Amino acid sequence: MWTFFHKLGSPPWFYSIAGRILQWLLPLTLLLLATGCIWGLLFTAPDFRQGNSYRIMYVHVPAAVVALAGYYVMAIAGAICLIWKMKMAEIAMRATAPVGAFLTLTALVTGAIWGKPTWGTWWVWDARTTSMLILFFLYIGVIALYEAYEDKSIASRAAGILGLVGTVNIPIIYKSVDWWYSLHQPASITFTGGSAIESSMLYPLLLMITAFYSLFASCVLCNMRVSLIKREWRASWVRALVKED
Amino acid sequence: MHPIRRQRLGVVLFVVLFSSLAVGLVMYAMRGNINLFYPPSEVEAGIAPIGKPIRVGGMVEEESFRRNIDSLLVRFVITDFQSSLEVLYEGILPDLFGEGQGVVALGVLDSNGRFIASEVLAKHDENYMPPEVADSLKLSDKTSIGY
Repeated sequence: MWTFFHKLGSPPWFYSIAGRILQWLLPLTLLLLATGCIWGLLFTAPDFRQGNSYRIMYVHVPAAVVALAGYYVMAIAGAICLIWKMKMAEIAMRATAPVGAFLTLTALVTGAIWGKPTWGTWWVWDARTTSMLILFFLYIGVIALYEAYEDKSIASRAAGILGLVGTVNIPIIYKSVDWWYSLHQPASITFTGGSAIESSMLYPLLLMITAFYSLFASCVLCNMRVSLIKREWRASWVRALVKED
Repeated sequence: MHPIRRQRLGVVLFVVLFSSLAVGLVMYAMRGNINLFYPPSEVEAGIAPIGKPIRVGGMVEEESFRRNIDSLLVRFVITDFQSSLEVLYEGILPDLFGEGQGVVALGVLDSNGRFIASEVLAKHDENYMPPEVADSLKLSDKTSIGY
């Protein structure tokens, strides 16, 4: 098992294994996204109160869920980078941040578009929306902090620490609707209490959440492969790769 | 584990624990300000300031909604099932506004204990279902779950 972890640290090995995973992960992502979108947008009944506008949840909820989970991926990669000084962890942290930032922005924008017809306003400073905005700034902050240093070993340490401090925000986002009075509704799906979404609407949502996880993994792996090539362009394995093609 | 790495692991855990503690204390100190609105029972208890812009929230009480005939002025009562509060509002209500539905209103409390709202937002609950299911549950116009 440990040899597997040591191999993870080897750029040529990781590059080729990530390529092989992406070969089936990318088509799977597209298939899941297409199925989920068509099912959710065309073949589910409108909501009894919101009508058709509720369908934005098929993008909003998966984007938000994966943005939260992705933050832990980034923070754990940052921690590994701080403790073991693994180059691959640094690359993983850098690869995760822009994907997470984009997902958070998607959740914020779709939330605003949904909020206008439902609540009557684009934005409100309640606990859920504000903490989600902070998550966006944290992702942007990790990217900015990394880019701000010339010396990349200091850069990854600073970004890693910011990432770790930001983990405090994740349970706050998750519990914000229960701890405080907010405009955002409480969670419809909980780990313990089942779902307040009728099952015919729930299944496409679960499919879309799976699709977004798969999309996240594909994007991160693609990003990591690109930065590996950029970092190691002088190495013999990259030259061999170029000659092959 | 190598001692230097163990030390770094200690630092990482320290950073996470103490930043959580710091944020936790800040939120504990600000607990009143993080709430978006006051429920009617806190208004009745005198916690909400009078004459200052605040938000109140609750469920619109059944059969409390009155509309003025020749203006956009509306009057309704919101409740948190402990106490209730009369709200006056002149303007356009969101589509999802309705009796038995949650609302959050921005405005000021007047000295008569009424709330003069300048903005009314509908608070959606966590329940999603097709109209047929709602009909069979007799929920299509009102729901009593949450606010």
